[in-house]
Amino acid sequence: MAVPNAIADLGGFVIDAVAAVGDAALFAWRTCWWMLTRLPRRETIFPNLYQVGVLSLPVVALTGTFIGMTLAVQMFFQFREMGLETRLGGVINMSLVRELGPVLAATMLAGRVGSAMAAELGTMRVTEQIDALSAMGANPIHYLVVPRLLACLLLIPTLTVMADFMGVAGGYFYSVAVLGIDKHHYWINSQQYVGSYDFLSGLFKSLFFGATIALVSCYRGFHCDPGAEGVGRAATESFVISFVMILILDLFLGIGINSVYYVLWPEGAKLL
Amino acid sequence: MTGVASGGLVSLASYLQFPVAVMQSAAPVPESDSPLVEVRGLHVSFDRQAVLRDINLAIPRGQTVAVIGESGCGKTVLLKTLIGLVRPTQGEVWFDERNLQALDEQELTAQRARFGFVFQTAALFDSLTVGQNVAFPLLQHSEATPDERQQSVLARLAEVGLPDSVLNKKPAELSGGMRKRVGLARALVMSPEVMLYDEPTTGLDPIMGDIINELILRTRRSHPVTSVIVTHDMLTAHKVADRVVMIYPLSRLRDDEPQVIYDGPPEGLDHCEDRRVAQFVRGEAGDRLMELREEIDGRVS
Repeated sequence: MAVPNAIADLGGFVIDAVAAVGDAALFAWRTCWWMLTRLPRRETIFPNLYQVGVLSLPVVALTGTFIGMTLAVQMFFQFREMGLETRLGGVINMSLVRELGPVLAATMLAGRVGSAMAAELGTMRVTEQIDALSAMGANPIHYLVVPRLLACLLLIPTLTVMADFMGVAGGYFYSVAVLGIDKHHYWINSQQYVGSYDFLSGLFKSLFFGATIALVSCYRGFHCDPGAEGVGRAATESFVISFVMILILDLFLGIGINSVYYVLWPEGAKLL
Repeated sequence: MTGVASGGLVSLASYLQFPVAVMQSAAPVPESDSPLVEVRGLHVSFDRQAVLRDINLAIPRGQTVAVIGESGCGKTVLLKTLIGLVRPTQGEVWFDERNLQALDEQELTAQRARFGFVFQTAALFDSLTVGQNVAFPLLQHSEATPDERQQSVLARLAEVGLPDSVLNKKPAELSGGMRKRVGLARALVMSPEVMLYDEPTTGLDPIMGDIINELILRTRRSHPVTSVIVTHDMLTAHKVADRVVMIYPLSRLRDDEPQVIYDGPPEGLDHCEDRRVAQFVRGEAGDRLMELREEIDGRVS
């Protein structure tokens, strides 16, 4: 009896998982459709731009600075062993603009804004405010999700630039002022290693991260379980799922971006 | 009922400082035979759990129907199905000779503008002020100027007995009764053809509950509106409804038993021979307490 039950449970789990993925895909499709067919009202977009952009800026700048300094601390001794400490700037800046800047800005956004979005929309679901929107002939996806998605899409590149800049500045400050690396060679090596393609690929990735955070958080909020516990779980899960998806996307986008680079500049690829 | 209602309105008017002459001049809405809202063979299930089974209901234009029944029997689900917030598992909901299930999202949105929905918790938007909440449907569906919107909002707030001073308050700053009245003002602002009320008096003191009942009556007299009221409150059912429909929880029914166990005038409830109806109307636990104990004992063992 236990084996058939286990098979039934497994089957139920698979069916539920497939249904959830399909539901999420439909949600994303509807959001894109509304975003492309009808712009949201000004009074719904500006508060979200403020929340996502202005209020996230200090925390992204602060974490960016410390990540840059921490990289300098961690790499300095290994590079000095090889006599390559003046190359530190190139490695720090390359790590920041290609990987850590976009991922860091996205992680901060998922933690600070994504969870808040899920909690806010979850509370609206639990208190029937989303039903009220529908009952009044307003589309909840157009009214609630599209402005949040647009805010994340438009502002995550800005936050990424801020994380990159502050990380580079933090790394430079620690390397030059504290570790005593020659600043001229530090910058010369940085210029050699980091190009526009690296910087732009980071920004390109951040667009996917921003869309993922907005869609995952809004979807979890819309499908929140009843009660305070349900809202709390939606907020937590939205961060966890967003973070995991950011890392998975980062891997595949990294592979894709490198492949494009090899196609566009085969000589450069050989040099690398 | 009309006499009682008008008497109640006069006392309510003095309480809320309404212009009584305007209220008394409103004529009752004539009922029409053709149903404005019709439910045909409705089944609703959530996660394979059936909530509604084979519900058939035709509501003529101008009628006020109270849907009563125990908690969890599916009253609110039925109400939400009428406006397309819940999709039926099987069956159809017709509104003004249109099948709501056959409409696309935009058409359904257009039809929803013809409904007003008063939610149990009022469901006011926390981030908006009272004025913005009441003006919300106007922003969605009308081309009114800001001044015209302001006038409409103030008129609706006055209609439900709320002063202009609440206009810039947030819902969190209001009492439960005030929130319900703001919810009512918001539902009325587009002069809907159908009003849906989800437990409008639940959680209110008896006086505020009676004020809400009087406002429902007043709405019916001043607007040509068809109403469906989901309630536990027998006072509400007797006072405002032309017809009462009682639905019974599926978990307590056999497969061949109908879920609607009473459909008739409110006066008929007191003489109904069905034991289940009489038990609900009188609010008697009866054998249910014993059943609950047995259920709990069974779970514990």
